[in-house]
Amino acid sequence: MELLNQVTQFVISGLATGSIYALIGLSFAIIFNSTGIINFAQGEFVMLGGVLTIFSLNVLHLPLIAAILVAVAVTTVIGLVFERLAIRPLKNATPLMLIIITIGASILIRGLVMLLWGKDTQALPAFSGTDPISVAGATLLPQHLWIFGVTVLVIIGCRLFFNHTISGKAMRACSFNRRAANLVGISVGRMVLFSFVISAAVGALAGVIIAPLTMTAYDVGVMLGLKGFCAAIMGGMGSGLGTVLGGLILGTLESLGAGLISSGYKDAIAFFILLLILFIRPQGLFKKGETERV
Amino acid sequence: MRKMFAVIGITMLLLCSASAALAAAPIKIGGLFAVTGPASFLGEPEKNTLELLVKEANAKGGINGSKIELFIYDTGGDATKAVQLANKLIKNDKVVAIIGPSTTGESMAVIPVAEKEQIPLISCAAGIKITDPVKKWVFKTPANDHVAAEKILIQAEKLKQKNIALITVSDSFGSSGREQLKQMAAKRGFKIVADEVYSPKDTDMTPQLTKIKAAKPDAIICWGTNPGPAIITRNIQQLGMKTQVYQSHGVASKKYIELATAQAAEGIMLPAGKLAVFDLLKPSDPQAKLLKDYNTDYKKSYGVEASTFGGYAYDGFQLVAAAIKKGAATPAQIRDGIEKNGRMVGVSGIFKMTPTDHNGLDLGAFEMVRIVKGDWVIVK
Repeated sequence: MELLNQVTQFVISGLATGSIYALIGLSFAIIFNSTGIINFAQGEFVMLGGVLTIFSLNVLHLPLIAAILVAVAVTTVIGLVFERLAIRPLKNATPLMLIIITIGASILIRGLVMLLWGKDTQALPAFSGTDPISVAGATLLPQHLWIFGVTVLVIIGCRLFFNHTISGKAMRACSFNRRAANLVGISVGRMVLFSFVISAAVGALAGVIIAPLTMTAYDVGVMLGLKGFCAAIMGGMGSGLGTVLGGLILGTLESLGAGLISSGYKDAIAFFILLLILFIRPQGLFKKGETERV
Repeated sequence: MRKMFAVIGITMLLLCSASAALAAAPIKIGGLFAVTGPASFLGEPEKNTLELLVKEANAKGGINGSKIELFIYDTGGDATKAVQLANKLIKNDKVVAIIGPSTTGESMAVIPVAEKEQIPLISCAAGIKITDPVKKWVFKTPANDHVAAEKILIQAEKLKQKNIALITVSDSFGSSGREQLKQMAAKRGFKIVADEVYSPKDTDMTPQLTKIKAAKPDAIICWGTNPGPAIITRNIQQLGMKTQVYQSHGVASKKYIELATAQAAEGIMLPAGKLAVFDLLKPSDPQAKLLKDYNTDYKKSYGVEASTFGGYAYDGFQLVAAAIKKGAATPAQIRDGIEKNGRMVGVSGIFKMTPTDHNGLDLGAFEMVRIVKGDWVIVK
C-alpha cells in the first residue's frame, strides 16, 4: 500500500512536470512543422514569458491578467522581430545554419535579460492559492490544474488551426513541400513568420503558467528548452498529440526513475531516452516511418 | 616634436617619483574576484567591499601614514585566468598580499603560485581543502561548510532527532555538504534513512521527497543555494509533510523566504552567518556594532544590503590591515602578522588564527535561526 501510494505520487508529479515539457515541445513542433528549423531559442521564449510577467506585475503594477497579456504580447513581438532580423535575411541558408543562428539568439536574449533584470530568481504568486489537492493518496497543487488545462486548450487550438483554417493548412503545406506551396500561391515567408509568432506566444504562455511553480530567472530557459525538445523528438516533431504524449511519458519516466532508481540519475534518464529514440525510432514514437521517394 | 614628448615624459616621471618620495611608499594590495561569470554573486560584493574599505582607509590617511594602492582583477570564475592574474599581481604590480579568489576551484589553482612566490593569499572561498592541511602562505576567511553542518546536527541532537534524511544539490556546494553531513552524522550516532540529490536546475522535487516521506525521518536536512531549497520547501508543503526541516547557510537570506513563501517556510531552521541577523543580535554581542556599520556603509555606497560574501573580503582586508598596523611591510612580515594576529572581530565571526589553523573560525560563526512568520528568530 505504501509503495502504491508512492508510485501514485511519482506518476502524478511526473504528469505535472510532463505537461510542462509537452507545452514547450509543442512550441518547438510548430516552428519545425512550417520551416524545418529547430528553434533553440524556444527555451528563452519560455523564460521571457515568466520574467516579463513578474516585471509587469511588480514594477508596472499591472493586475495579473494584464501582466500575463503584456508578457505574452511582448514575447510574441520579440519572436516576430527575431524572425525578421535573424531568419528572413538569409535567403538560401541551410537548416543547420538557421539552427546555429537560433542558438546565438538564445545566448543574446539570455544575456540581455540578465543585464536588464539581474540574476536573481523570482517567483510569481500562484493563480489560485497553494492549498494542495488530494488525488488517490497523492497530492498536487491548483497550479498543476492550470498547466493541464492550458496544455489541453493549446492542443485543441493547434488542432483547429492547423486542420481547419486556411492559414493553418497553408503552414502545413509549407512543411510538406515549400516549392509546391509557393507554386500554388502560398507566401512561404509569411507562413514562417506566422510560425515564429505562434510559437513565441505558446512558449511565453508556458513560461507564465509554470513560473509560480518552478520560479524563473534569466537562465531557466536552457534546461526547460532541452526537455521540451526531448518531448518533441519523442513525438516525432510533428503530430500535436504525439508531442504531448512524448512530454507526459518523459516526465513520468523521470519521476519514476528518480523515485524508484536514483535521484542522481534523473536527467541522465531523460537524455538516455532521447538518445535511444534517436537511434531506434528517429521518426518518433507514434509516427509511421515515411518512405523517401527518390 | 618627439624631443618635446621625451622632455615632458621625463619631467612627469621625475614629478611622480618626487611626490612618491614625499609620502611614505604606498602599500600595494591585490584582489582577485569572480566579478563576472557564474560566481559573480560572490565576486561582485567582494570587489565592492574591498574598494569601499580601501577608500575609507585612504581617506583617514592610510595605514600608519602609508596610502593603500589597490589592484583588482576579474577572474570570471576561471581557474586558469586566476593563475595568470595572480602572477600578474605578484610580478608586475608587486603586491604584498592577495585577497581572493572567490571560489574554491580558483583558490586551489592559485595556491601553488602564492606558495612559490611567497605572497600571503587570503582566500574568500569556503572549501575546506584550502586550509586543511595548513599551507604556509594561505589563509581563508569564510567559515568551513562543516561548521554549518555541525551546527545543524547539534541542534538536531538537542531535539532528540535520530533518523535524518538528506536532500542535497548535485553541484560542488551540495556534494561537499553531503559528504560532511554524512561523516559527522555517523560520528555523532545519527542514522541516515534517506540520501537524495537533485540537480541545480530541477523544477520539481516531489519524487525525492515522496521517497523521504516513506522513510519516516525525524528531520530533513537540505543543502543547496536558491532556487532549489525554495522549491523543496514548497514541495514539502504540497506533500503535507510535517517533518522538521533544516536548510544550510547557503539560503540565509530573506530572498529564500520570499521564494519559498512565508507560509511554507514556517518553522524551518538554519545556521545563518551573523550578518543576516545582525539586527537581532544582543547589543553586547562583540560583532553587533561592526556588522551594523558595515551594512550601513555598504548600503550608502552601493544602494543594496551588504551580503555575507562581501564580508569575506572585509575580513581579508582587516587581517592584512591589522598586520600592517603592527609594522609589517614585506609579504613575509604580513604573513607572520596574520598568523600572530590573535583575536579579531570580523564579519564572518571572531577570528583566531594560529600556525595550525589558518581559518580561525569556530561554531560561533553561525547563529541558529528559525523562520517565524517570514522573519528570522534566533534559536536559544
